[in-house]
Amino acid sequence: MMSFFLSITPWPVLSALLWIVLAVATLYFARPTSHRLIKAASNSLYKVFRAASLAVTKAENGLATRNREVLLAAGREAKERIVEREFDRINETVRKDLANYSSLHRGLSESIDRIEKDHQDAVDVPPDPPGWVKAVEAVAKIESRDGRVGVSNILSDIHKSLVQAHKEAMLAYREASKERHTLLRKMRPEWRRIQQILGKVGKNVDSLLGRSVTIDRHMQEYEDIVKGEDHAVSILSSSSLVYFFVSALVLVVAIGGAVINFSLIARPMAEMVGGTNLIGGFRTADIAALVIIMVEISMGLFLMESLRITRLFPVIGALPDKTRVRMIWITFTILFLLASVEAGLAYMRELLLHDELATSALLRGDLDIATTSGSMWITTAAQMGMGFILPFALTFVAIPLETFVHSMRTVIGLLAIGTLRVLSLIFRLVGSTCRYLGVLITQLYDLPLFIPLWWAAREKDVSDGGGLQELRS
Amino acid sequence: MKSLSIVFACLLIVSCSQSRPGNIGVYMLVDTSGTYSEEIQKAQQIIRYTLSRLDAKDTFAVARIDTASFSEKDIVAKITLDDRPTTMNRQKRLFADQVQVFVDQSPSSAYTDITGGLLQAVEYLNEKQPAKKTVFIFSDLKEDLEDGYIREIDFDLDGFEIVALNVTKLRTDNVDPREYLTRLDEWQNKVESSGGRWRVINDLDGLERLL
Repeated sequence: MMSFFLSITPWPVLSALLWIVLAVATLYFARPTSHRLIKAASNSLYKVFRAASLAVTKAENGLATRNREVLLAAGREAKERIVEREFDRINETVRKDLANYSSLHRGLSESIDRIEKDHQDAVDVPPDPPGWVKAVEAVAKIESRDGRVGVSNILSDIHKSLVQAHKEAMLAYREASKERHTLLRKMRPEWRRIQQILGKVGKNVDSLLGRSVTIDRHMQEYEDIVKGEDHAVSILSSSSLVYFFVSALVLVVAIGGAVINFSLIARPMAEMVGGTNLIGGFRTADIAALVIIMVEISMGLFLMESLRITRLFPVIGALPDKTRVRMIWITFTILFLLASVEAGLAYMRELLLHDELATSALLRGDLDIATTSGSMWITTAAQMGMGFILPFALTFVAIPLETFVHSMRTVIGLLAIGTLRVLSLIFRLVGSTCRYLGVLITQLYDLPLFIPLWWAAREKDVSDGGGLQELRS
Repeated sequence: MKSLSIVFACLLIVSCSQSRPGNIGVYMLVDTSGTYSEEIQKAQQIIRYTLSRLDAKDTFAVARIDTASFSEKDIVAKITLDDRPTTMNRQKRLFADQVQVFVDQSPSSAYTDITGGLLQAVEYLNEKQPAKKTVFIFSDLKEDLEDGYIREIDFDLDGFEIVALNVTKLRTDNVDPREYLTRLDEWQNKVESSGGRWRVINDLDGLERLL
């Protein structure tokens, strides 16, 4: 081919030069059309990618709005649950501690009455005025003429009666004091009781005040969510991510538990359904074991729903209380039975292992090893215990599962937004690249045409210069 | 409703239980002729090892090689293992007991009809239809037929693996080893020309290669 091009004249260099001149001339004459074509193509591509980028950005915005709504709705629901729970707690506190406020009040009044009565009884009774004052007055009224012979006797009598009276008065006073002290001593437990009651009431009131502060805080956050404020969305978004990863971690742990559970019951299942039968390429025994575990997890989910701990199935949560309680018992009974079956299968597994060991020992001709160790019951009991406990432990998978499902919506939304954003950026970049590529191709097109272009520019300058000279002249 | 019935039908098709497709069928021929009957303890060791390696739905039979081996009467013990583990273990123990009785009696035969035993093995395993068919020949491979017995028969050993175990050297082999080699070659040609695969294991310490 090359030889053909170079052989149009006897001199290859001349042939090449001729071809170059021909090509440059062709390119030069086709230049305006080619430039328009390149520009049109690059602009078209730019517009197409720009439109695609705008469409993706629009979709991203729509998704972001939708995600925001979902996030706010989820946050609102969560806050409502928290506030509801706080009110439940307040209600419980009020019902439990303050419902018997009337009896408390009555008790307090009774205690106060008793104290008042005791206090009145304990008032210090003043001793009787001494009787000798009147006697002295009587002695003083005796006339001198009457003599004062009998005065000495009288005074002696008075003295005696005074001493007697004093003794009686002191005795009475002591008795009264003793009684007062007894009464005062009786008041002490009443005071303590009042103090305790008041302390308890104070604690309850403090607890209520604390709860009210918490509710105020939650209500403030709830208001922010309802208003759709950005910082509320930001908090909810970061919380969702945290919940997502934490619940994913717990679910991984739960899957580990389920795998252990599976290994406990898959082997003895072969005894029930056969060890070689296959369903869809999988061992029937494995499928049966898996089905049992799945049923247990389902029962756990229903139990948690019935207890209103999770809210994955609104139908269950909306059931009448009587039906719900009935459902709790039914699911718990099924779970209990399945756990018992698992414990039995775990025991069966141990028996199978012993049987296989004994057979292997027999086939090896090693008869001594066939005798079982006395401490083997520990592993048997441990396996049975695990078989019984794991189904109940798996019940709690419902809680992280619910969190995982709810937070996954947000996480998927965030991922989709990120993807759309990157896609939009790529479209924009590609569009701009196409546009500037068009400019570059135009410039590259002109590169081999530099001689005719230079010539054309020179001619134009000359013609423009001539025109100017004509104008000047 | 239609889609529901389709799903149900699919489930039914899928749920049709099938047996494990990879089950094994093993038929072991034990030579009881002449001096080889002294090797029967080793045969018992191989039988026990094979039993320990077999799983549910596998088939195993042990038969003696005597004057006329093409007979069900020569089968000492046979089992097809149940797919329930406890039953399977019980079957294995019973089988081991039957073999023990056979070993204790250690009957000896005057002639050695290996071809007849192989024919019986092929017939038995074809009837059981396992996925993998293996015949162990525990013998010195020296065939010695009684007059009147015809064993010039073509085999169909397609899908069979024939493993010669403990092929001992006879006194004459020691004098002329070519006899031993020729014997082995003859059997190998016989098996391979019939579509089977041929192996020889003389080192019984390496029983891991057996199955």
